[in-house]
Amino acid sequence: MANVHERRAILSLTAPAYLWLTVTIFLPLAAMLYCSFLDKSPLVPAPAVATLANYISFFTRPVYRQLTWWSLELGVYVTFFSLLIGYPVAYALAKQIKGRWREALFLMVILPFWSNALVRIFSWTMVLRNGGLLDQVIHWFAPDAGPLDILYSYPAVVIGLVHSYLPYMILTCYISLQAIDDSVVEAAASLGARTATIFRRVVFPMSLPGVIAGSALIFVPVIGSFMEPRILGGTKGVTLGMSIEEQFMVTANWPLGAALSFMMLAIVLLICAVGYPLVQRKMDGLK
Amino acid sequence: MSAAKTTSVSSFKIGPLVLRLHLVLVLLFLYVPIIVMAALSFNQSQLYELPFTFDLVWYKSLAGDSRLIDAGINSVVIAVINTVVATVLGTMAALAFARYQFRGKSLLQLLLFPPITIPWLVIGTAMLVFFFWTGIGRGLHAILLGHVALSLPYVIIVVGARLANFPRQMEEAAATLGATPWQTFWRVTAPILAPGVIAAALFAFAVSFDQFVISYFLAPPGVTTLPVAIYAAIRKGFTPEINAISTIIIVVSMGIMLITARFYRFGGER
Repeated sequence: MANVHERRAILSLTAPAYLWLTVTIFLPLAAMLYCSFLDKSPLVPAPAVATLANYISFFTRPVYRQLTWWSLELGVYVTFFSLLIGYPVAYALAKQIKGRWREALFLMVILPFWSNALVRIFSWTMVLRNGGLLDQVIHWFAPDAGPLDILYSYPAVVIGLVHSYLPYMILTCYISLQAIDDSVVEAAASLGARTATIFRRVVFPMSLPGVIAGSALIFVPVIGSFMEPRILGGTKGVTLGMSIEEQFMVTANWPLGAALSFMMLAIVLLICAVGYPLVQRKMDGLK
Repeated sequence: MSAAKTTSVSSFKIGPLVLRLHLVLVLLFLYVPIIVMAALSFNQSQLYELPFTFDLVWYKSLAGDSRLIDAGINSVVIAVINTVVATVLGTMAALAFARYQFRGKSLLQLLLFPPITIPWLVIGTAMLVFFFWTGIGRGLHAILLGHVALSLPYVIIVVGARLANFPRQMEEAAATLGATPWQTFWRVTAPILAPGVIAAALFAFAVSFDQFVISYFLAPPGVTTLPVAIYAAIRKGFTPEINAISTIIIVVSMGIMLITARFYRFGGER
């Protein structure tokens, strides 16, 4: 009796949210997978036939190999710089700054992350354009220097994306650094380990889950980014994301765009599948 | 605290200083562009030329830009409806997860991750395809459908975190003392839950108000939300008017998150 009542409660509490997610996330993903095997865009009134052509063109046309390579490269750069810049911040916040200061600084670090991504990318155009802040500062020190010409370049895209995703890395590293018990570090120190050794052998390995989570959270959206490279990188295609956006919004070749989307997801999953055991082994080895 | 601690701190003399300097530089990196952008929205020059001359001319011209104002109204209306719908549905689901043990629960919880981890580009284009096929089409209603989907996982996770350390004895005590389930809910459960729900609602508002990618794919020509309109304007060329509207947006969304921080501790307990 109570069981029937309980089952009804569970169903009526969860059904609305999950119906919503089904209609807006899961069915659309299924529809897109189906679409990726069609030979014509659904926008064309003629009936479409099943085909592998969209996937074949991903593997055979050099342009997609190039775009994939560029996307992965961009993902690696952005993730690497986010880690390089973000990890020390997370460390300082988790292990050195205490109390109200920590709370305030932590909030300041993640506040931009929860504000508008588009606006933050736009704000970099104000710094990087010729005659912008960076240009002015450089010419103040070196009046004879030529124009900066950094906006609409690859470095501009990397800078903008690092700015966008850095707080992810700080957040995840902070969480795992914070979980490390200070007494473990003290034990290593009292056994005579030097600071650098403690960091390399104890602190960093223990914070690796945060590093990995942050890297994944950054790498995946960077590969799929299109707005950031469009605004800061100009017109040249540098990511798969830009090409996918183009298939949907410019050339209206939905099936190709869908196939590219799934290839992008497949690449991400492949990297995770290959990378996870490697990292796992590394972590076990360090224990 | 302990003796070992003080020795480890004193052996680390320049370390903390360098780290603190680094922290300051990172904060500059995060905030200088935003400050520069905001400052230039108050500068008179159309071409962002210096010297800086304070003027509200770009905010005044904003007030006469009916396209941006319409987009702003759309953004706020969608964000408000999204907040209400996502908060109610998400809180319900979080309650079910916290209160009941049932088969498929972990699967349902796992299903919250695709909407968060799959790039918005993929989700947005998938919605475009599916909504086209089913006749839902593009438009503000489609944008709202998409925003709620993105907000739901956040609401369920944030409210769920609050429910995880919920004192169940309070409810049992109320029931023992003769309160009806309805009374127990409104007098006991709701007040304890409130901070989590408010934080979740603010998150949901921010997710929707700042969402660009999904809206971009689901907005038909002529109908826009604020981020979509700003993107179109940026692609045409930079104007201080874009700085002005961007400044307003960044103040609103940072303000919302500052209020959220009062209810929700980012980064877990400390």
